[in-house]
Amino acid sequence: MLQVSIYRYNPETDSAPYMQEFQVDTQGRDIMVLDVLHMMKEQDNGLAYRRSCREGVCGSDGMNMNGKNGLACITPISEVVKGNKLVLRPLPGLPVIRDLVVDMGLFYQQYERIQPYLQNDEPAPAIERLQSPEDRDKLDGLYECILCACCSTSCPSFWWNPDKFVGPAGLLQSYRFLVDSRDTATRERLSELEDPFSVFRCRGIMNCVAVCPKGLNPTRAIGKIREMLLADST
Amino acid sequence: MVTNITNLGRSGLSDWLIQRVSAVILAAYTLFIVLYLLFNPDLDYLTWSGLFAQTWMRIFSLLAFISLAGHAWVGLWTVTTDYLKSTATRLTVQLLVILAIFAFLVWGIQILWGA
Repeated sequence: MLQVSIYRYNPETDSAPYMQEFQVDTQGRDIMVLDVLHMMKEQDNGLAYRRSCREGVCGSDGMNMNGKNGLACITPISEVVKGNKLVLRPLPGLPVIRDLVVDMGLFYQQYERIQPYLQNDEPAPAIERLQSPEDRDKLDGLYECILCACCSTSCPSFWWNPDKFVGPAGLLQSYRFLVDSRDTATRERLSELEDPFSVFRCRGIMNCVAVCPKGLNPTRAIGKIREMLLADST
Repeated sequence: MVTNITNLGRSGLSDWLIQRVSAVILAAYTLFIVLYLLFNPDLDYLTWSGLFAQTWMRIFSLLAFISLAGHAWVGLWTVTTDYLKSTATRLTVQLLVILAIFAFLVWGIQILWGA
């Protein structure tokens, strides 16, 4: 029997959050943490968490498992369980709506701020804007982000200033458009980022890299943005 | 764009560059002083004040003091914006830090050229 301790909070009935203990029979199989959650929901159907695709594509079930953020659907229990004990908490730093469901508003606000869409002021060609294979290669490791918020909510800089620091997820996407050869708003984008918070609150501790379920590297992208800012201003 | 008025360079980019350049200068100065002390085990007052009487050493020292002032301003400003959420407390601490840095800098200059 797997011992699971899970964060519970229902603002309508609970005055404060508490940890609830569950016993889950995994029958010795190495199942995913999301499967464990389903088994717990069978025991207590009031338990709330987000899930959708259950295969690491939609980014709904980001949560804190034994102290480390990740996607429950693609995290086998053998990877996180230590001493037959699993502690599940919501993503840190965001307001809790109920149990493991958090309010992602601040996260999306920062995403919106970096204008995550292609901007081009040149006349549109007849068919499509072409890009060389070399230029296309520059987007690898950037476009794959699924916005699960595992990185930004593991970042102390984002915890302290979620209203001002864009956060690793937003900055990875920011660089994705800065480096895109088809985007012509590079200078305008850079001028929005040169203040002491938006980019420069990153202290390079690389928590984002350590937790990214897709194996992406926001710290590297942030370094590239700094290089672009430096090249543009010196 | 997030605006700020109490950080050193008015821009995150310049603060970041100041932090890195001043760190290199401080590292060079520290290394020099440590090596100087190691190579002069029986250092007396005359040699020590002779070192600081030379113009290049005064320039190097002043450069290190200014770097320390800038480095401390940028670093402590960052710490206050992370941990002090009340505007009154944060602004007070920021002003005290800036005032202390200014006093220490003037004091340092006085020591360098006063002897």
